[in-house]
Parts: sequence; C-alpha cells; structure tokens
Amino acid sequence: MNKRIVITGMGVAAPNGVGLAAFSEALKNGKSGIKFIPELERLKFRCQIAGQPEIPEEMLKEYFTDLELRGLNSSGIVYGIISGVDAWRDAGLPVGPEAETDWDSGIIFGTGILGVDKFREAIHLIDDKNTRRLGSTSVIQTMASGISAYLNSKLACGNQVTTNSSACTTGTEAILMAADRIRAGKAKRILAGSCSDSGPYIWGGFDAMRILPHKYNDDPEAGSRPMSESAAGFVPGSGAGALVVEDLDSALARGAKIYAEILGGHINSGGQRNGGSMTAPNSEGVKRCIENAIFDAGVRPEEIDCINGHLTATAMDATEVKNWSEALELKGKDFPYINSLKSLTGHCLSAAGSVESVASVLQISEDYIFGNINSNDLHPEIKELASREKVPQKSLFREVNKVAKASFGFGDVNAVVIFSKFR
Amino acid sequence: METKEIIYCLKKIVKPYVQNDMAFQDFGKDTDFIKDLEINSANLVDIVLDVEDEFNIAIDNDSMDNMLTVEDAVKIIKNKQQEA
Repeated sequence: MNKRIVITGMGVAAPNGVGLAAFSEALKNGKSGIKFIPELERLKFRCQIAGQPEIPEEMLKEYFTDLELRGLNSSGIVYGIISGVDAWRDAGLPVGPEAETDWDSGIIFGTGILGVDKFREAIHLIDDKNTRRLGSTSVIQTMASGISAYLNSKLACGNQVTTNSSACTTGTEAILMAADRIRAGKAKRILAGSCSDSGPYIWGGFDAMRILPHKYNDDPEAGSRPMSESAAGFVPGSGAGALVVEDLDSALARGAKIYAEILGGHINSGGQRNGGSMTAPNSEGVKRCIENAIFDAGVRPEEIDCINGHLTATAMDATEVKNWSEALELKGKDFPYINSLKSLTGHCLSAAGSVESVASVLQISEDYIFGNINSNDLHPEIKELASREKVPQKSLFREVNKVAKASFGFGDVNAVVIFSKFR
Repeated sequence: METKEIIYCLKKIVKPYVQNDMAFQDFGKDTDFIKDLEINSANLVDIVLDVEDEFNIAIDNDSMDNMLTVEDAVKIIKNKQQEA
C-alpha cells in the first residue's frame, strides 16, 4: 500500500440528523432519532418504532428538479441523493449541469433493495393489467443501481459507477472497494456510500423474524439498547451516508479539506460454517477480519482509540465484544472505547455501514467519542471484557486519532475499516 | 374541443419535460417533441399518460408511435374524443 487514501467530503441523512452539522450535534448530545410510527401500528407490526430521516418538502426541491420529483417514490434515492450531493459539494467538487464528465471520478454507492414503494405501485398496476400506466421511472427507481445512476446524473463521473450489495456491511464495503480501486491507481476519487429505504415493506421481514423489540412502542427512544443486558432486538432504521474517498496527492493538489485518512481494512466471510449462518457470523471470520484490517492498516491494537462496532442490540452484542477483545488481545481497562450508533438511529440496514462511518470520521475530525444511550444496564459478559468507562453513556470530548469501524451482515459477511487522523 | 384549446393544454403538460426552453417559447402545431424541445425519448411515455389523464382518453400503441409533433398529438386527441 503505497498510495495514501483520505476522506475529503461527507454527507449524511440519518434518523437523528440530516446534514453533517445536525448529525454531529445529535451525536454529541445523544439525540435519538427513533420514533413511534403510526403506519406500523396500523399494519399490526409487533415493533412499531423505527428510525427514519426527516426530509421537509422544501429540502427535496434543493436536490431534485420538478421533473425528477414527479412520481418519485423511492426513499432510498432521496436519502442517497441528499447525502451524496452534500458529500461531493463538501469536497469542493462540481454538481449539476455545469459538471463535465470527469474520467478520474467514480461512484460506488450500495443498497440492499431500492424503491420498494415504487415497486409496490408497479406491482399493483401490473396485477390490474395496466402495465402501460407504469410510466418511465419505474425501472430507474427500482433497479439496485438506480441510486448510483441518479447520483451520476448530478455528478457526471466518468470512472466506475456501480452499486454494491452485501446486506448490513454494504456501506463499509463500498468505502473499502473505493479505497482499493484508488490504491490500484484506477481512479483518483470515488463517492462511496450506501442507502436504505424506509417503511413497512423493508422492515416487515425482520418483524416476522421476531428480531425487533416490541416492548418499547410507548417509549421509542429507549428501544434501541446495544450492549445492554435488556437488549431485545434491533430497531429498524433507514437513511444514507456518503464519503468522498480520494487519493492523497489529488486531495493535496486540489487543496481539499481532509477529514481523516483510511489506513486500511479488510473484507471477508465466515463461509456460514462454525457457528456462521445466513443470519449469524462465524466468530473466527469476524476475528480474522479485525486482525487483517489492523495488519493492513499497519497499526498496533493499543493505538485504537475507539471501536465503532456493528452492535445491533441483540444477544450477539456480547459475542461481538468478545471477538474484538480476542482479536485485539485487549481487555478491561486496556480495551478501547466502544460505541454503537444504533442506540441513536436504530439499525439503518444497508445504510448502516456508511452512516456509521460518517459518525466514526466525525469523531476523529472533531475529537469526541459519542455516548451509548440505553447502555446503563451493561451486559454482564461485556462488563467482564471492557471496563464500564470504556462504554461511555455520555459523549466524551477528547482527542481521537484512530477508530476501527466494523459492519457484519446477513450471509456471514464482514468488513472492518481503520480510520485515522491525517498527519 | 378547439385546436387552440388542445394546444394550450398540451403546452402545460409538456412543460416539465422540456430541455430546450428557447424552442418552448415558440410552442405551436409544428413543434417536434424530441427534435425541437429535446425531450428525453423515455419521457414520451409519461407525456402520453399525462395526456390520457387530462383528456380522459386511452391512446393505443400505434397512435403513441405516431405522436411526434404537437399537430400529431392534436389529431390523435380529436380522433379519440370523437370515438368516445
């Protein structure tokens, strides 16, 4: 790894804050974005709370033309465009009709499934033998790569433009794929990120699996409880995060602001063996992923200031912390600080990796470690691995140099990225 | 419905899809949707749906293929209205 890779722009549409400034304030203040959703009650969901970004009507007009807004019914595209366009502008790169095709810039923007509401519309029309009434936007709003295609209509990138998909690791994977391509000298900068739609058609399957908490419908902000003994499942979320991943030489030549450096990372799978399955990770795979990421980044475990875990608020949280402890060979007072954004946003699914990476990088660029709300009753098994103060309940304002960010996904897939202050 | 009235309605329907605003100022019966207004050909199917809703008619596939100019559209709309 001779090329250094940095982050020069970021954007986010999270349940607890849309835009970098609002999101960072929400992190520092422990502001939850989880709310009771009447639609889920009407549909008799067990879990009737969720996290979804609030996008006012006027805001849509800042990002979409009137024509694009006609028949737009894909929340993932809305979140993805807001975060992606913000990140590109934040990096000082051109957006809109004046942007010319740039052969050195690309987009890797993932999703799990796109435009389910639009797809539902289409299904009803087709079943009514009215296919001709679908109009021209049904395909582009529901093809997985619709999000990278919509973004590119504004950014005019001429390098690789694609959409990756690997369940809840999607966003973190996109960042590492971007870094790999730039390291290989095939692109100078790539908008990396991911998005996830909101709504019952995304969340229903998880509700049916009985892995969402159902006892907090009257107290939504207490519902997402990563690392707590009372963790009873993940609160479904949605949104998008975007990071401009750039070759350092290119960033310096442009005089771009640098948020952080990507030191390295790793992507793997546990192969759905030895405890790994469609829905659970093989711990050996997780540990190897952490160890290889640390090795790739060229850092020592004790240099990690903070782990931003996957930590969804299920029984697996303690296993994850154990895997970190064993892979890093650190425990108790020596264990790094650890936090989970999901206590504030819920689990943003395919958007989780990118939204949480934006949070991880903000901790480095603004020097704080955000607190884990709802972790007052820390899980006893976690208490044995990490001292209580390493799982802060309130934000700590201190220097942060290195953050390890992990995401794990259905299908037993893992991704770990190591972010560092740029020096 | 008078030709003039139909053209007025069409102008309103087409407006959001237009990419050449200069040509749109001269909107008239000879205007070609794609050549003059530079409308994305994929959007023509949306315009047909909007026309169907506005005039309460159904436009068959053959008519759709022949709807290249404002004059074509006026003829098709008048025919369908007479059929109805």
